Amino acid sequence: MKKTTIAPLIIPLLMLGVTTAVAQPRVGDVLIQNGTVLTVTNGTLPETDILVRHGKIEKIGKGLRAPRGVETVDATGRYVMPGIIDAHSHIALSSVNEATSPVTAEVRMEDVTNPYHIGIYRALAGGVTTSHTMHGSANVIGGQNETIKHRWGYKDPDALRFEGAPRTIKFALGENPTRVHGKRGGGQGKALRPSSRMGVEAVLRDAFAEGQRYKEAWERYEAEKTRNPRAEPPPYDLRLETMADILRGDILIHCHSYRADEILMLMRVLGDFGVKKITFQHANEAFKVAPELAAFGANASVFSDWWSYKFEVYYSTAYNAAILTRNGVVTSINSDSGELNRHLYHEAAKTQKYGGLTDDEALALITINPARQLGIEDRVGSIEEGKDADLVIFEGHPLSVYGVPQMTFVDGVEYFDREKDPDDMRLFVDPEAPVGDGMIETARDAHAVERYDGRLGNH
Amino acid sequence: MNVLLTLALVLGLFQPQQDAEAPKARQGTFAVTNARIETVTHGTIENGTIVIRGDRIEAVGADVAVPAGAEVIDGTGLTVYPGLIDAGTTLGLTEIGAVDETNDSREVGDLTPQMEALTAVNPNSVLIPVTRVSGVTTVLTEPGGGLFPGVAALINLVGYTPEQMHAGGVRMMVLQFPAAGRRGFFDQRSEEDINKAAEKALKQLNETWDAAVLYARIDSAYKAHPEPGRRPEYVPEMAALMPVVRGEMPLMIRVDREKDIRQALEWVKQRGLTNVVFSGVAEGWRVADKIAEAGIPCLVGPVLSTPTRESDRYDKAYANAGLMQQAGVKVAIRSGESENVRNLPYNAGFAAAYGMGREEALRAVTINAAEIFGVADDYGSLEPGKKANLLVADGDPFETKTQVHHVFIDGFLIPMDNRQIRLYKEFLDRDNGRLRPVQVVPPSN
Repeated sequence: MKKTTIAPLIIPLLMLGVTTAVAQPRVGDVLIQNGTVLTVTNGTLPETDILVRHGKIEKIGKGLRAPRGVETVDATGRYVMPGIIDAHSHIALSSVNEATSPVTAEVRMEDVTNPYHIGIYRALAGGVTTSHTMHGSANVIGGQNETIKHRWGYKDPDALRFEGAPRTIKFALGENPTRVHGKRGGGQGKALRPSSRMGVEAVLRDAFAEGQRYKEAWERYEAEKTRNPRAEPPPYDLRLETMADILRGDILIHCHSYRADEILMLMRVLGDFGVKKITFQHANEAFKVAPELAAFGANASVFSDWWSYKFEVYYSTAYNAAILTRNGVVTSINSDSGELNRHLYHEAAKTQKYGGLTDDEALALITINPARQLGIEDRVGSIEEGKDADLVIFEGHPLSVYGVPQMTFVDGVEYFDREKDPDDMRLFVDPEAPVGDGMIETARDAHAVERYDGRLGNH
Repeated sequence: MNVLLTLALVLGLFQPQQDAEAPKARQGTFAVTNARIETVTHGTIENGTIVIRGDRIEAVGADVAVPAGAEVIDGTGLTVYPGLIDAGTTLGLTEIGAVDETNDSREVGDLTPQMEALTAVNPNSVLIPVTRVSGVTTVLTEPGGGLFPGVAALINLVGYTPEQMHAGGVRMMVLQFPAAGRRGFFDQRSEEDINKAAEKALKQLNETWDAAVLYARIDSAYKAHPEPGRRPEYVPEMAALMPVVRGEMPLMIRVDREKDIRQALEWVKQRGLTNVVFSGVAEGWRVADKIAEAGIPCLVGPVLSTPTRESDRYDKAYANAGLMQQAGVKVAIRSGESENVRNLPYNAGFAAAYGMGREEALRAVTINAAEIFGVADDYGSLEPGKKANLLVADGDPFETKTQVHHVFIDGFLIPMDNRQIRLYKEFLDRDNGRLRPVQVVPPSN
């Protein structure tokens, strides 16, 4: 599936004349001058300017002039890299797991996006501009995830959506779903399948088989309808509809997994149902089946060095990402953590210690590769003309432990500036403010701090 | 049957499995030559030699001769640093986080000061070789849980028994200082309940301490006049606390929040305690002046953590150690880790980048830690006569891509090998050597 490129054009047109207060995220203009530009896809450009117009990278070159009214940022001696993309996150969510059934394909994280979560700003301060906010790993087939941009300050959750990003869904194998449903009984004392890795496969095959039947029933109906206007449609079921969308190739699978055997299992199941788009998340043992992953065209999104926190990650290695990269698997490094996501650039650098990846290979793990895994590589993940101006300026090289993010831009809008950071960046709703562009006060406004600090306290 | 047995023997099926690599740490006489040497306490030697004999550093300098028979390690392009010391971990006490059977850092009960972390250190933990190749040579390993969870121990990451690993005999009584705040987002108790619980916990601490003081006095009286009738009843908890209330064993107070740090400072002052260190100290920057004034050294970290309050600046946890050090507190850094103690150098690196500076951060994971633990005569810098704990790297040990080439612990040259490295070697080019390819994803049926 190629995502539609006309959607971003059509949606604003449709919304002209619509009076509902759907936030139109701001786009910015800026000229970033004389930085060392780490394009990721086209090498490193010394002393280069980047001109951003209307939220897009318009021009990359030397000696660019700022058009009238466009601010300039001096990046002399600094590095500019693409906004970091975290392919596995749980920030900005008010709930994570719908742990009531081994299959909950119908639930959606877009319904629980929390734009007030301070984790969004902290991620920005670590250079992260896009997160894949995911359902948890309680269910074999969990909910549908959301891809967001870190447009800190909007109170409308929809303003954070990465418009046009493909739909994705969470799957989970191994210890978590077997513990939650089989061994602990969903917290309700009733053991359900799966309680073993055999059961996980059975749950998957059942769900896909039912989805296949559902899809075929609707296809039969659609065909019959052309001949018989009174044809009766099959019953609608959102869970099965979602499974059918996966089978149609409209939803990318992101599967929590650890062991090599379960990774192979899912590839077999997907092969049988003709599903191709899969990213294995965590995938601590993906290195053991790297040739199989490469042959299938499956991706891996892994930790830099997490291991031994549970049994299925005991036989891990910090060289995972390097082995996968060298075997031709599209690999990213993710955080799954509101702590780690603030230094993904450092996590990526660990692949230089553990496996000797080049600078471009290491940077790709947190930029263009996660973009490919999320189906947004035409928009973000590298510094190229025409792409979204999601950019980070670093003092010191981003792969150095001494590299410090200084400014972060999303759509050309500056959302983080280390120099101007006022410590307290929580968001508050001002009950007296008129409804405007959907932005809300941040604690940058000292009044807001005074007004609300005492009321909320520190939990 | 005999034929089969013979065949099996011929084929080597019954041969005991031998790991051809099975590398072993070994002592001897070594000289690292032509190396840059950062001694930490006596500046940097741009091109020098360091001689290791047995468990000690024999010589360090620009004009040091290589002793006859020494094994020479060419240090051209490399730098020698003191072994890094992690001032707070659970290494050796826990193997796999979620598998209870492999966790030995917590005992049942609030008052278990007689628990010895050293007892439960597993010298064969897979985590240890994974850790030490990063240049972390020595760690404090801590029990956790109740008010007095037990005694932490300083261990070197080499040895076949806990005794061989025990560094400088360092033991510290852990006190988890009662916390007056909310325990986190899910703590829904009222302010009143929280305060009540805190008061109760503080009362328990004071009663325990008073009892231990009394126990020590009775013990002293008995020892002065050892008559059977005067002998105190055996109370293992009190017996364990006795050296602490007497000031003979250091007391390590785990405390993080501002309010609790203030309370702990007050408590230490009231009790007149001098042999005290703080550990954790996440909000130390808020009261750094007071801690400095009290002269209490701090084992700070993890540095790689989120700010304690949503209203705090995003980088406060990175900056905390540096802010405290600049206020005059003696600071060592702790990772708080078990399986990823190998990230200690990055904790120090982030502290360095966010205000502490590289030199002070290096001290924080070497000489400062050694001084706070009272073992600076043996550890924490490269000086003749000190224990040979050191690393040889191709760059700054905090820099992410730096490769550590050699590690010595207690004079042992450590094999630069562990399970993670072996998996890398095996799987980087997994199918190299297979004669015929196998279908990559076999059909399901």
